Amino acid sequence: MRLRRKRRILRCVRKRRDLSTVSNNTGKIKRRDSLLMSVVRNEKIRLPYFLEYYRKLGVNHFLFVDNDSDDGTAEFLAAQPDVSVWHTNASYRRATFGIDWSNYLLRKYAHGHWVLTVDPDEFFIYPFCDTRPLRALTDWLDGCAVRSFGTMLLDMYPRGPVDAQVYTEGQDPFEIARWFDSGNYMITRNPEYGNLWIQGGPRARVFFRDTPSKAPALNKIPLVKWDRRYAYVSSTHSLLPRGLNQVYDEWGGEKTSGALLHAKLINTLGEKAREEMGRRQHYRKSGEYQAYAQGLDEQPVFWCTWSEKYINWRQLEILGLMSKGNWA
Amino acid sequence: MSNLGVVMLVHTALHRAEQVARHWTASGCPVVIHVDQNVSDQVFSDFVASCDDNPLIRFSRRHKCPWGSWGLVEASQAGAELMLDAFPDVHHVYLSSGACLPLRPVPELIEYLAQRPRVDFIESATTADVSWTIGGLDQERFTLRFPFSWRRHRKLFDAYVKLQRALGMRRSIPEGLVPHMGSQWWCLTRQTLSAILQDPKRKVYDRYFRRVWIPDESYFQTLARLYSTHIESRSLTLSKFDFQGRPHIFYDDHLQLLRRSDCFVARKIWCNADRLYQTFLTKQSSAVTPAEPNPGKIDRVFSKAVERRTRGRDGLYMQSRFPRHGSENGLTCFPYSVFQGFTELFDDFESWLTDTTGARVHGHLFAPERAQFSGGETISNGALSDCATLRDYNPTAFLSNLIWNTRGERQCFQYGPRDTQSLNWFLARDKNAQISVVTGAWAISLFRSNMSFSDIRAEAARLQQIETKQLEVLNSVWTKARVRTWSLAEFVESPMEPLQTVADEIGMQTQTHLTTAPTMVDLSGFGQFLQNLKNQGMHPYLMGDFPADDVFGKRTKPYHKPYLVQ
Repeated sequence: MRLRRKRRILRCVRKRRDLSTVSNNTGKIKRRDSLLMSVVRNEKIRLPYFLEYYRKLGVNHFLFVDNDSDDGTAEFLAAQPDVSVWHTNASYRRATFGIDWSNYLLRKYAHGHWVLTVDPDEFFIYPFCDTRPLRALTDWLDGCAVRSFGTMLLDMYPRGPVDAQVYTEGQDPFEIARWFDSGNYMITRNPEYGNLWIQGGPRARVFFRDTPSKAPALNKIPLVKWDRRYAYVSSTHSLLPRGLNQVYDEWGGEKTSGALLHAKLINTLGEKAREEMGRRQHYRKSGEYQAYAQGLDEQPVFWCTWSEKYINWRQLEILGLMSKGNWA
Repeated sequence: MSNLGVVMLVHTALHRAEQVARHWTASGCPVVIHVDQNVSDQVFSDFVASCDDNPLIRFSRRHKCPWGSWGLVEASQAGAELMLDAFPDVHHVYLSSGACLPLRPVPELIEYLAQRPRVDFIESATTADVSWTIGGLDQERFTLRFPFSWRRHRKLFDAYVKLQRALGMRRSIPEGLVPHMGSQWWCLTRQTLSAILQDPKRKVYDRYFRRVWIPDESYFQTLARLYSTHIESRSLTLSKFDFQGRPHIFYDDHLQLLRRSDCFVARKIWCNADRLYQTFLTKQSSAVTPAEPNPGKIDRVFSKAVERRTRGRDGLYMQSRFPRHGSENGLTCFPYSVFQGFTELFDDFESWLTDTTGARVHGHLFAPERAQFSGGETISNGALSDCATLRDYNPTAFLSNLIWNTRGERQCFQYGPRDTQSLNWFLARDKNAQISVVTGAWAISLFRSNMSFSDIRAEAARLQQIETKQLEVLNSVWTKARVRTWSLAEFVESPMEPLQTVADEIGMQTQTHLTTAPTMVDLSGFGQFLQNLKNQGMHPYLMGDFPADDVFGKRTKPYHKPYLVQ
């Protein structure tokens, strides 16, 4: 495992050559700042709300890798004072789906900082997020000597067909995608890295009925007090060293955990699926996107009579989709 | 100047400490601040300079104070000595930390103490009587040596404790001392405190406590017992601890809770909880009637948190709770019933069960085609799909999800050897499962089917094998479920008694006896059917002894009518 971690780190250092600086404001990062890391491609429409959301949460600085966008993403990001952007036109797949790039930037700029690694369609929520800023959570985790914080990716979807409502720039995507599945998740433990493997939810229910083993993983560990010896292994599902994956309790208790609200299933999905199909740069040769593209032609409706309408984090905590754990 | 002096131990968030210190001094209480030596000299001298204008704030000699170290006691001693020397009017000395926040107007506390001039408020209990010791060391913390840090060198710490235990090494406790422990935040009178600090044997005591584990929880607590005339064994500082002994932290959203607690001082406050600092450090109107501290509600909130962290919610599997085999505390969250062989034997069993018990009755949830939810739904609570592939991908998750999603509502479902078998162990180990099995009842559906006899024979052999294996699991010594089995012959002979038992157990409606019975299928010819199977070389044994001459076939007739026991 140590070798595997070393290999990951070597690999990410080698992949630094892929990256060229567009705008580097990392000098502004102060000692106790929380950071956010994200790899984006043609996400300009999502970014204004994304930045607004996380700034409000208390993220102090953003690190972005722009994977060859042509919709003005890089220009938009470069104009933000609290954002640093790197550009690359190298292969997303050959950079282990972007993980090598993030690992490198994290290693270089996030050592000793709490850092959130999320996609531009993922919105982090945690217990008391309406009354306590991110800093309260990270201070508390520091006090408990906890280095990583686990979440589940919660797929949100609209009431009607996915492309019935059009998302406009700057809009809260959960005005459209307000609904989620509350209790159809399947969990197993991954003995290799010690992380949990969560599947299920609306995508498994609609797109992967016949091949549930291919349904996307929903377990994520996005918030880590980074150290330059750490490395993400596959997306943010698992990390090395393995101790960081121990975000769950095995003796019956509940650790504190959050959720990532996933605003993927809105009208931008169709376009994305077609684009990614062409590029074949995603996990399992974009198998997931193939399923979407096929399924999307049939105008899928994820909503069902038992869908739950999102209200706030307390609702998720009661439903058992996240936990306050020991934090009161 | 007031009778109350405050000693403050500070190591971070100095600006908050200054705010609180100024709040104390505004009511005339002198404050002695001890700043941890680990704070850099530059920061310290800036801090001293910023408090320079206030004559009531003094700084004591600095010591290093890592968690649970002797340094904390030294710091308290230094602070208290300076307080007693510099402010001769001080009657009570209150030990607090930089993360403490006074919740009630300071004059109320001064008044409260003035009414109790001889009382020492210090939590102090003998080691036998406390339940919250960390690491399982209670008496031993006074009799072993602890040169290694528990936080930084845990392995060395543990090894050295083990070694001392093995060798039987013991320290002797200085004569006259009875070890007591308690919260390190106390409020002592000048008499008691000066007696402790000026004790001729102080050197002996200090040398002894230097090697006691976590001396800040026992030094003053033990010595106060020697001199105090009146100990109130409680702390005036509200402080809650989590299951690892770390103090819980208060945030802005605790404002109402803290306000209603009527406690004088609370810790620990998050240093960026602006609203708390703003609210409690501005002039508040005093309560109409002076109340005693009443932290009951806060207690409940925090003890709930501890329980959630240590035990969690039974039957919940999520990203931060995934118990190991055997640590689940209940594999599901609510009792449910499993029926095997009943639908084969009774035509209208499901509707009868619904009417009798009011529970939600599903069909064969694990049928090979699809999950037969009650009412023929294709999707159930929590957006659980009836798709068989999805269900069989993780059948135990399917079941625990179903029970979790409908918690509070009794679930019943049918099961049988045709269904997915991989959750047998889960069912058997789950104490919430009530499993009723009529063995061999699967033969009835074969008997009534329209299949060719050779197919029936093969299918019967297969189902019998599956059910035998399942019964082995259900009868194993690890089974925690409530399992009842009857052979088909046994059951048919007197069906009402088992039905009554099962209905009672579900116990949804208060009714003593069953007034209706489900309609049993016509079994005439079934004995001969079994005999035919035997003649074909198969050995059907799970049904029990079913005579070939159709005794039961004739006897089933009366059960067609509603039936009254007794």
